[in-house]
Amino acid sequence: MLSFISKRLLVALLVCLTVSALSFGLMFVSGDPAIAIAGAGGRAEDAEAIRQAYGFDRPLVVQYLDWIGSALTGNLGQSIYFNVPVTEIIGNRAGVTLALGFISFLVALVIAVPLGVAAALRPNGWIDRLALVIAVSGQAIPSFWLGLMAIVVFGVWYGWVPISGADTWQGYILPVIVLSYYAIPELMRITRSGMIDVLATDYVRAAKAKGLPMHLVISRHALRNAVLPLVSLAAVQLGQLLSGSIVIESVFALNGLGRLAWESLLRSDLPVVQAIILILSLLYVLLTMLADILNAVLDPRLRGGS
Amino acid sequence: MTQTFSIKGLTTLAVLAASTALTLGTPAVADKASNTLNVAFAAEPEPLDTYKIAGRQGLILARHIYDGLLYKNLDTGEIVPALAESWEFTGPLTMEFTLRQGVKFHNGADFTADDVVETLNTVITPEYGTRYSISVDWIDSVEKLDEYKVRINMSKPFAGAVEMLADALPIYPHAFFAENGSAGIAATPIGTGPYKLVSQEPGIRYEMERFEDHYEGSPKSGATIDKISVRTIPEMNTQYAELMSGSLDWIWRIPPDQASRLEGRVQIISAPIMRIGYVGFAPEAMDGDTPIADKRVRQALIHATNRGAIVDAFAGGASEVLNTPCNPAQFGCEQDVTAYEYDPEKAKALLAEAGYEDGFKMEMVFAAMPRPTAEAVAADLANVGVTLELNEQQYASGIGKWRAKELPAFFSNWGSYGIGDTAFILSNFFGGGADDLVQDAELATWLTEADTSSDRDVRAKNYSMAVKKIAEEAYWMPMYNFNVNYGLSNDLNFTPHPDEFARWWGASWK
Repeated sequence: MLSFISKRLLVALLVCLTVSALSFGLMFVSGDPAIAIAGAGGRAEDAEAIRQAYGFDRPLVVQYLDWIGSALTGNLGQSIYFNVPVTEIIGNRAGVTLALGFISFLVALVIAVPLGVAAALRPNGWIDRLALVIAVSGQAIPSFWLGLMAIVVFGVWYGWVPISGADTWQGYILPVIVLSYYAIPELMRITRSGMIDVLATDYVRAAKAKGLPMHLVISRHALRNAVLPLVSLAAVQLGQLLSGSIVIESVFALNGLGRLAWESLLRSDLPVVQAIILILSLLYVLLTMLADILNAVLDPRLRGGS
Repeated sequence: MTQTFSIKGLTTLAVLAASTALTLGTPAVADKASNTLNVAFAAEPEPLDTYKIAGRQGLILARHIYDGLLYKNLDTGEIVPALAESWEFTGPLTMEFTLRQGVKFHNGADFTADDVVETLNTVITPEYGTRYSISVDWIDSVEKLDEYKVRINMSKPFAGAVEMLADALPIYPHAFFAENGSAGIAATPIGTGPYKLVSQEPGIRYEMERFEDHYEGSPKSGATIDKISVRTIPEMNTQYAELMSGSLDWIWRIPPDQASRLEGRVQIISAPIMRIGYVGFAPEAMDGDTPIADKRVRQALIHATNRGAIVDAFAGGASEVLNTPCNPAQFGCEQDVTAYEYDPEKAKALLAEAGYEDGFKMEMVFAAMPRPTAEAVAADLANVGVTLELNEQQYASGIGKWRAKELPAFFSNWGSYGIGDTAFILSNFFGGGADDLVQDAELATWLTEADTSSDRDVRAKNYSMAVKKIAEEAYWMPMYNFNVNYGLSNDLNFTPHPDEFARWWGASWK
């Protein structure tokens, strides 16, 4: 188990390093950051001054090594746009995204798994059909449209919830509903197909035959086996939710990581972009690693030959 | 004018249609009772140190908090006293200011000559990193003559000096600024302005309160609204919903098609601004190996473009077709120039004369302009046989390619920093610098003389000659002056200004 984890860790580190190097290079390919920082009224002289002030005139490799060197010592640098430490900005913005991501993930899980199980028990029954409707519409309706409709109906028309912002907990209601609605279809469908496969196996038939009540058959035998692919998918989904949704954060005026990343890209705020990418890639590899370990715990067959 | 993340068309229609169909239970009620003006911007304001920032959002907030030595009354065009009571040129390169007495900063400190000296002498140093060097590089040093008298020694003649001192160069409290620097003043803004900042989450939310001790006789006096609350709401549709429900009172930069749909539900005001759209031609690009190097070709392209139709379809409001490479509202922007009416036949004839009867192909990058306008230009040019390869880029990438002389044509816009003087547009593009891909020595000479002369008549004459020549040579295809649509709650009185600086101290409830 230990060598399994350490191998995973090494791969994870390499992934992070590759991602950060690639993103660093791409930022420069997409345009001269000095001109972008100088802004739409910036003259060539202003851009030149910025180029020197921030050291953009040095070779790319030197700049990257310089950045990675300070990053390794925990110094993520100073935001060019806000002129404050990057960690401070990310600290300010991460809370909203984390809260939104975790709550949406839990809501999605709590709805998707039981619905998937129920649908699998009676394929083509009315629950299955309902689940299909939810899945298809969830995948087909653009999230900004659903978000705006929710705002119009519940914010403007009924006035039940705030239209935008996260000043109160009520501000999270609509974004959580919309965001989880998009996480549900995949989770539900994978639960359903997993359950249908498992329910057709001999050991489930055997469990039924020995007279176990149906809820025990499901929870002890079927679900535990069907849940394996779900764990991997859930890790990816959680990663997506925690990295922040640009669209949802824009529509509901939540100032989270997703929007910060997007805006920082547009204004060439390199230190912020690099830091977010680093944090998110770390988060992803950590989550997939956790999923692998969790799966290994759930299923001894995955622990590798020993 | 960067459109960051906007979801247009259908969605707006849907939002508005839905809210109409459902009929709002309560009509929009502004936050009149608590006397709070609720404002939203789509873009995040930058840190509140005027010298370091470029975006209008942060600069608007800053102008409520800080004051400059002078102020420009845009209704009369006059420069009026602000922190300085009076001023005069005591030599070609020296200006003396008598400062106002009895002015207090938000932290209670008295305003004196030390504040002016410390602020200006700090921001002119290269280490400070003032964003636009043009705004301060004309100052050599500032001296204190006595407690309420200062002298500015200029490093070079600069015609825009007085314009710059008119609210673009704010004065910070010297003790605080010397100790805390740019980051400190941005974190805890302290000024003499009509509003003081009481709290901020940088980029997200700002709360301002009226400053009761704001000095008598200020050009920004007379504020009636107690509190101003500013939020960032990136999605315009969300702003509309907030405005219609009454939780916002002031939004801006509403696209024309959406403004007309909002009309009637909320107040919509359209106001012209300094910014103009243009297609710059670059005879110097590709070492002159481009059809654009031929004057007849440039003239043909302008004749071939139906600019009137483009303005009507995509700009609307207070926008009009321009014949000059500057805004008619700017000083020195001569209007008696060669005009190129829409005439495709004439365009074809000119192209044939230049040897391009079968047309040609060329690239045009557009940046910070609506895609449909670029597509309309391309469609018009296709009618005379010229194929434009359109390429949309971020402004930084586009202007980078332009400066590298890789583009025969660049379609974008220029705001002149909101200043009503032709110097702030022509000199950048025709004065011989990096953005000048015409490199017309005669133009550069005229412009340099005009930019450095303090004689208004000389300046007017030189700009007039320059504008006429640029039009005659068809170096630019000027498109139109921009306008801004403001969305206001029905209870609000607000007057917009062409420099795009909102003056909320002049706003009031009906």
